[in-house]
Amino acid sequence: MEALKQELKEKIIAVLNLEDVQPSDISNTDALFGDGLGLDSIDALELIVLLDKDYGIKLTDPKEGKNIFQSIDTMAAYVEANRTK
Amino acid sequence: MAKTYINGIGCVSAQATVDGFPSEFALDENTNFLELVKPEYKDYFSPIASRRMAKGVKNGIVASTLAMKEAGIENLDAIITGTGMGCIEDSDKFLKAIIDNNEQFLTPTSFIQSTHNTVASTIAINLGCKAYNFTYVNGAVSFESALVDAKLQFDADEVSNVLVGGIDEMTEYTKSLFKLAGFIKPDESGPHKILGSHTKATVFSEGATFFMLSDTKTESTYAELVDIETINKLELSKVGHKAIEFLKANNLTQHDIDAVVLGFDGDVEFDEYYKELAREFAFTPQVYYKHVSGEYNTASAFGLYVGSNVLKNQEIPQQLKVNEVEKPSYHKILLYNQYRGIDHSFTLISI
Repeated sequence: MEALKQELKEKIIAVLNLEDVQPSDISNTDALFGDGLGLDSIDALELIVLLDKDYGIKLTDPKEGKNIFQSIDTMAAYVEANRTK
Repeated sequence: MAKTYINGIGCVSAQATVDGFPSEFALDENTNFLELVKPEYKDYFSPIASRRMAKGVKNGIVASTLAMKEAGIENLDAIITGTGMGCIEDSDKFLKAIIDNNEQFLTPTSFIQSTHNTVASTIAINLGCKAYNFTYVNGAVSFESALVDAKLQFDADEVSNVLVGGIDEMTEYTKSLFKLAGFIKPDESGPHKILGSHTKATVFSEGATFFMLSDTKTESTYAELVDIETINKLELSKVGHKAIEFLKANNLTQHDIDAVVLGFDGDVEFDEYYKELAREFAFTPQVYYKHVSGEYNTASAFGLYVGSNVLKNQEIPQQLKVNEVEKPSYHKILLYNQYRGIDHSFTLISI
């Protein structure tokens, strides 16, 4: 699980082009949206595509995203439970 | 009819222009692409804000910020930009993603940012400016088209402060295509002399140059923007005649012009146009600049930056001189540009 969390941090930084942010700067419990990393709705779309492309997870209900993308912890748990690749 | 003054300029280019007009220019004749001197972007926007910005957008924001700051203007009546290739970096990314992922998994950011008006709209969003916002995509007269639009609005007394800029960016992929097409001089074929070149193609680059135009002359004024004319096709033998006609329309003759700024880019196939005009103005100081800025569709904005600074400083930098003719003072400057024999433009500035 720790390896997956590290992988997710690296992918988020790459996909969202977060210059000057290191994986170590993102805590597993930090909020990804709002006060934490400060991501917005366009970033959410990028993360949905990331889940589909890299883990074979298709999110159909946007409300699901709110819970899944709360933090690295919640995202990793969801990926672990639902990944098809 | 209001006059149009250039009251502030911001420039991001292959030279150290962010800190002002250079006293000395870096010359590198061994490359076919002049790399941009990157500004400290974090001085202008946060890393989070810049995460969706391609370099053209970043450079446009830096240059526009500098122009507005110099003129001391915060409220705009219009934002008008010109770009030949638009946000080609994000266009490349988006198209590559379509191919690489078999038309699946398309992400929104590069699509949103790939439109040609991204720079003008991002500036407006950052300023909260809901005024007229327009982007011209007309090849090598994209910047001049933006200038014409602004000038017409000043002439009609419809505006007081207009931000006008020219932006173009280059990517590795587009660069490779330009080399294949023979637009960029081949690798390892240097050194490239821009004046008196005997080879085809040119030395490319990229950049963003913005001008704060206002209807009021201030302490920061560089020059008055008197007139602009763009012509799509022009026969080589008619360039001199066309320039004289342009001046005549402004009640001037060639003897009234204190300097001409020519867009020589080292392409032996098309530099004849500049040589033709240079012959017409043989007794006038002549200036060139693309050996320091490189060629790109809106490089002529860098030319206007040079011309404006010649008027303000009353001096032509030695490295930019085509000939050794000098004038005791510089009051009126004619700028001429074309790219590959089309998209000709004449611009007249004055103090």
